[in-house]
Amino acid sequence: MRIFDPHVHMTSRTTDDYERMYAAGVRAIVEPAFWLGQPRTNVGSFLDYFDALLGWEPYRAAQYGIRHHCTLALNPKEANDPRCLGVLEELPRYLLKDSVVAVGETGYDSMTQEEERVFEAQLALAEEHGLPVLVHTPHRDKAAGTRRTLDVVKGIDPGKVLVDHLNELTVGMVHEAGCWMGFSIYPDTKMDPDRMVAILKEYGTERMIVNSAADWGRSDVLKTREVGEAMLAAGFTDDDVDQVLWRNPVAFYGQSGRLVLDDVESGGDYEGNTILRGTR
Amino acid sequence: MTWLARAVADVERDPETVHALFPRAARDGGPGARVELLRALAKAGPEPAEAVTRLYWQGDASERLDILRALPDLDLGPAALPLVHDALRTNDTRLVAAALGPYGSAWLDDHAFRQGVLKCVFMSVPLASVEGLDRRFDEELRRMLADFAAERRAAGRPVPPDVLERL
Repeated sequence: MRIFDPHVHMTSRTTDDYERMYAAGVRAIVEPAFWLGQPRTNVGSFLDYFDALLGWEPYRAAQYGIRHHCTLALNPKEANDPRCLGVLEELPRYLLKDSVVAVGETGYDSMTQEEERVFEAQLALAEEHGLPVLVHTPHRDKAAGTRRTLDVVKGIDPGKVLVDHLNELTVGMVHEAGCWMGFSIYPDTKMDPDRMVAILKEYGTERMIVNSAADWGRSDVLKTREVGEAMLAAGFTDDDVDQVLWRNPVAFYGQSGRLVLDDVESGGDYEGNTILRGTR
Repeated sequence: MTWLARAVADVERDPETVHALFPRAARDGGPGARVELLRALAKAGPEPAEAVTRLYWQGDASERLDILRALPDLDLGPAALPLVHDALRTNDTRLVAAALGPYGSAWLDDHAFRQGVLKCVFMSVPLASVEGLDRRFDEELRRMLADFAAERRAAGRPVPPDVLERL
């Protein structure tokens, strides 16, 4: 089973997780920029974080045979702090980078006007840079937030929008809108593997994307694999599993023209680097 | 006209354009494109060292690596040394190895060069990749490697053969 985890915050995880992910079949991941639990108070703090997502973290992932790409944005939560708004001025130069495959996470958290302004500005940046968009939906008042999200993205090709953190109550409207549908599988909140399988039975496997969204909270990087196993147990084919866990996220992020997977698919070294030996 | 030829012409005409072109040069212009842009910049710019420095600070790991590798061809004198020091502070073996290429070997002072070599040993970067090691090898570096070997032996761990060769 080859797995592409399209949303996982590896900055918050240990190398043990990278080892377990590789053993479970994870060969590629996308790490969206998000908040770090502790609110940031200045732009420089974001820039160092973005630089880590473009430097140290892909390097770390490569040590464990996993290809790392990222999405960059000012996240909805911190969009409410005026001290962080300067991030929007720095984003254009970051969106040029090779391993940036979308703008995100952007969207609503508390559904404020500030969040909406930042959301709209970042949708425009995505269009300018020819990038798809990863849209976060709020955890509180989710159905209303998802509806409002779909209104905001209406002018954009729905094929370039992935609306994330969906559940039974929000999947229908996103399916109808024609956007990609993202599901975060968590140990006890958001979605679980059996409920995910039920949604796949009802809506099919097209435009369906499953992620672990693992971060610094209670979460599990192997939830993608669990969904694959639950799908097989429920009668889905290997090809269905491959579509949901590999081909769909590759098709979505591939629209950036910047997804590079040949090195992981051939099992070669990262950037032809063969100087690694021994302990880190 | 290819993407690269256009980009080089743009940089020759207006060096400031390099900041938008360089990050996308590898995917739009091919494998050697970044080096071509750096060469054009070094010739065209009024302050090439400043421009290269800004590209480095705003670069991702792969851009920084290409800049470090191109430094010997850019004729910047010691002005790019802060970039080499930055690369030596990272924990990325590719950047550390590139920092000890021909440019670093030519300009790093003895203390920084020795620390860089020892860092390579710690990071398992082969000493064969360190440019000019024979020329710059001195008694102090030999002592540092000998102390490293003693520490390894005390811990019951093997001493890399390329370190043993130098003792």
